Amino acid sequence: MDQNGGSVIAMVGKDCVAIAADLRLGNQALGISGNFQRVFPVTDRIFMGLPGLATDVATLHERFRYRVNMYTIKEGREIEPETFAHLVSSTLYEHRFGPYFIEPVMAGISKTPTGKIKPFIAATDLIGCLNFAKDFVVAGTASTKLYGVAEGLWEPDLEPEDLFETISQTMLNAVDRDAFSGWGAVVHIITADKVITRTLKGRMD
Amino acid sequence: MSKSSVYSSPGFDFSNIVRNNFLHEKGLPLPKATSTGTTIVGCLFKDGIVLGADTRATEGPIVADKNCEKIHYITESIRCCGAGTAADTEFTTALISSNMELHALQSGRKPRVVTAMTMLKQMLFRYQGHVGAALVLGGVDSTGPHLFTIHPHGSTDKLPYVTMGSGSLAAMAVFESGWQPNMEREQALNLVKAAIAAGIFNDLGSGSNVDACIITANSTEMLRNVEMPNVRVQKERDYKFRRGTTAWKKEEIRSLVVEETVTPIGRGDEMDTS
Repeated sequence: MDQNGGSVIAMVGKDCVAIAADLRLGNQALGISGNFQRVFPVTDRIFMGLPGLATDVATLHERFRYRVNMYTIKEGREIEPETFAHLVSSTLYEHRFGPYFIEPVMAGISKTPTGKIKPFIAATDLIGCLNFAKDFVVAGTASTKLYGVAEGLWEPDLEPEDLFETISQTMLNAVDRDAFSGWGAVVHIITADKVITRTLKGRMD
Repeated sequence: MSKSSVYSSPGFDFSNIVRNNFLHEKGLPLPKATSTGTTIVGCLFKDGIVLGADTRATEGPIVADKNCEKIHYITESIRCCGAGTAADTEFTTALISSNMELHALQSGRKPRVVTAMTMLKQMLFRYQGHVGAALVLGGVDSTGPHLFTIHPHGSTDKLPYVTMGSGSLAAMAVFESGWQPNMEREQALNLVKAAIAAGIFNDLGSGSNVDACIITANSTEMLRNVEMPNVRVQKERDYKFRRGTTAWKKEEIRSLVVEETVTPIGRGDEMDTS
């Protein structure tokens, strides 16, 4: 995991979720790119972050795109966030004895049958063990620091703009304490009717 | 990796092994899988079985999940607690649960605990311990209540009270001093809660809350978070930031389709044969 660096966090807010990642791609100590995308949209309302080995980021992004497309064609509808999490889990467990070096983080919004918004976040370990947290999930080289800062700053029922501040400050301050993450960050806030994407100004050292 | 069909074949895929060994030789450390450090217990009482588990999942020294579920569903009257590598316990119990349902339909009989035990041990032995699942399997079937433990290499033990996981010594100490045959339901549940609590407070790999499951001939009662001795105190301060604190360089807003109404124009989809 220290080959390329990178970290991702997802948080739950009031009728919204946010997912943030840093932008650094390195070759161990040498920084190569400050523009490396590791959070991808899966559907309009589901985003997935893939921290870890960069080659596996590319491979898994394409594998999941393939599997989600097959699902959409076979089922005739868009995949739900929880179903997608299980899809990720199964894909990773297939490679139980030769795993991808990735710990995916997912964030999305779904609607209950009565019409209420249900925010959703999940993370898995590299072999597919699912973690459905109610507050936040973290992964990557700065995961220990992200745990610490998020545990302190997170509170339930944050409005989208407040959730943006909380997740941004969590990400920026955690990656400042990690040499392998940083070089900028990107945050996506997903609400019922729009997705706001902001690129943060952070320390570039 | 090319596939001959778009449907993925069942089972494990070993295609990354050569690459991973190469990377490991080059010095890339393998990231840690989530383990369920764990205290899991099972106990036989007068009317059936009580199973218990803690709710902490660890990733090395870090607590990855503070409230995970370790009591897995096998069938209506059979449950399985899992310790060890979390993904392995999750997928192994799910596979056997699925096979038990098919077996019940094929045999026309209510499923038996020994069937699940045999399926689990044969699978785990086949993988020679590499599937790191240590299980406490308990349930009530037509032949009565049964309690088993299954180790990752495939050995099993049939016992009236069992503990597994890193907290098993702490829990077994409680069981050895408190277990008696033919206990009442309340007594058995309290014993299980005390055993799990011993694991939670004394073992580093176990923590958070107590889950329990009481299985009798007539009912299965899942008591999720029956005891929560580690609730966090309310934070004294509010740590919200002033809006506008975080500087951003670029913003992009993508509006999503929230509602669609379809208005047909003309005569709709019909073919016009005029």
